[in-house]
Amino acid sequence: MDQMKKKSFVSVADLSKEDILRLVKSAESFEKNPNRKILEGKVCATLFFEPSTRTRLSFETAINRLDGKVIGFSDAATTSSSKGETLKDTIKMVSNYADLIIMRHYLEGAARYASEITDVPVINAGDGANQHPSQTMLDLYSIYKTQGKLNNLTITMVGDLKYGRTVHSLIVGMSHFNPAFNFIAPEELRLPDIYKQFMEEKGLYYKEYTDFSEEVINGSDILYMTRVQRERFTDLMEYEKVKNIYILKNNMLKDSKENLRILHPLPRVNEIAYDVDDNFKAYYFEQAKNGVFARQAIICDVLGTNHPPAP
Amino acid sequence: MINKKELQIAALQNGTVIDHIPSDQLFKVVSLLGIEKLRTPVTIGYNLDSKKMGRKGILKIAGKFFEQDEINRISLIAPAVKLNIIKDYEVAEKKLVQLPDELIGIVKCNNPKCISNNEPMKTRFKVIDKEKVTLKCEYCEMKTKKEDIVLL
Ligand SMILES: [Zn+2]
Repeated sequence: MDQMKKKSFVSVADLSKEDILRLVKSAESFEKNPNRKILEGKVCATLFFEPSTRTRLSFETAINRLDGKVIGFSDAATTSSSKGETLKDTIKMVSNYADLIIMRHYLEGAARYASEITDVPVINAGDGANQHPSQTMLDLYSIYKTQGKLNNLTITMVGDLKYGRTVHSLIVGMSHFNPAFNFIAPEELRLPDIYKQFMEEKGLYYKEYTDFSEEVINGSDILYMTRVQRERFTDLMEYEKVKNIYILKNNMLKDSKENLRILHPLPRVNEIAYDVDDNFKAYYFEQAKNGVFARQAIICDVLGTNHPPAP
Repeated sequence: MINKKELQIAALQNGTVIDHIPSDQLFKVVSLLGIEKLRTPVTIGYNLDSKKMGRKGILKIAGKFFEQDEINRISLIAPAVKLNIIKDYEVAEKKLVQLPDELIGIVKCNNPKCISNNEPMKTRFKVIDKEKVTLKCEYCEMKTKKEDIVLL
């Protein structure tokens, strides 16, 4: 990226292998030493045009641990954008106050557009169905942390692979590290063709299944579970047929690899049985905690603040 | 001799000749270039014989020189078009229309949830495959195939 240009964090597709490795290492150092005065005197705006408590709290925790100040809103209903103000005008206004903008929006491409109209760095905290790159960074950090590496891993993704943007972004993020993918989904929620084309262009191995079998689990290093939501189905009969097939139960893990870890972007509904929670391979709660460290790394990266690695 | 006279009627002192327009795209090209709004003389040739194309269209526009982004507008529907820039009855420059790397303010994004359809702003597309004419919205990142392209 151009040294003189201000940095933003908008899409996983913008990140090089080096960018990802730098951010992962930085997250690791924040995990060792999360409370630092790096953002002292800085004001960070969290603009949530669409509510997402989980993501907002994670970002605001990251800022607070770095001694920054937070301004913003958690719901567009309380802002002037509900009175018809354009995104441009809101961003221009906030740019007068803040050193950094973290934004979530229901429209796709909103963060990219915002990054073009302001000199303040913009972090995308989710734009409609398009991108949620800080989630991808926390997924990548969780994989790195549990496996000790990102290279040459077998990643099995289960559930809604059609609409699940975390799945799509993780494919793009992992594509630099020679992964093998297994995709387990009902017919109606299969991975879209454009991602298969993407993997073919990159020469990556992948295989698709409709059966959630132990055989596939046993060959995996990472099991990435997602929700299968009723409202995604055009045919409710089809939903009734498949709704219990993509549920992970503890007895399905008995012959899995020692290093297998189970990830889930959360919140879960019923796709992981509660008896899995006590298995040491269940990693989804710690995964969410990693979000704060990954977001500390992202914030410092876009602000270009040099911070010494933790001792 | 008669032929030569006919040519002279259409000959330009200064302006632009756009040749090799597919006949079925001629009037779209006219509208994309905003030719109906011009005040200068324009000669429109439609369904003319062409060795290469069978039938072709031609436009002779007096006193008008197009900017690059105006020309880019037609590259999506008439990629093989040739432009002759005429100065003092001579061809001063020949331009081939080429699909640019980026299309700004020309194509509509087909995603209703794209920011570009909800804010007063210009659309931006990357041309990710020039041969197949595949575009990618730089905002919502959705891809558009040639047959789905809608011009603004
Ligand atoms: Zn778009």
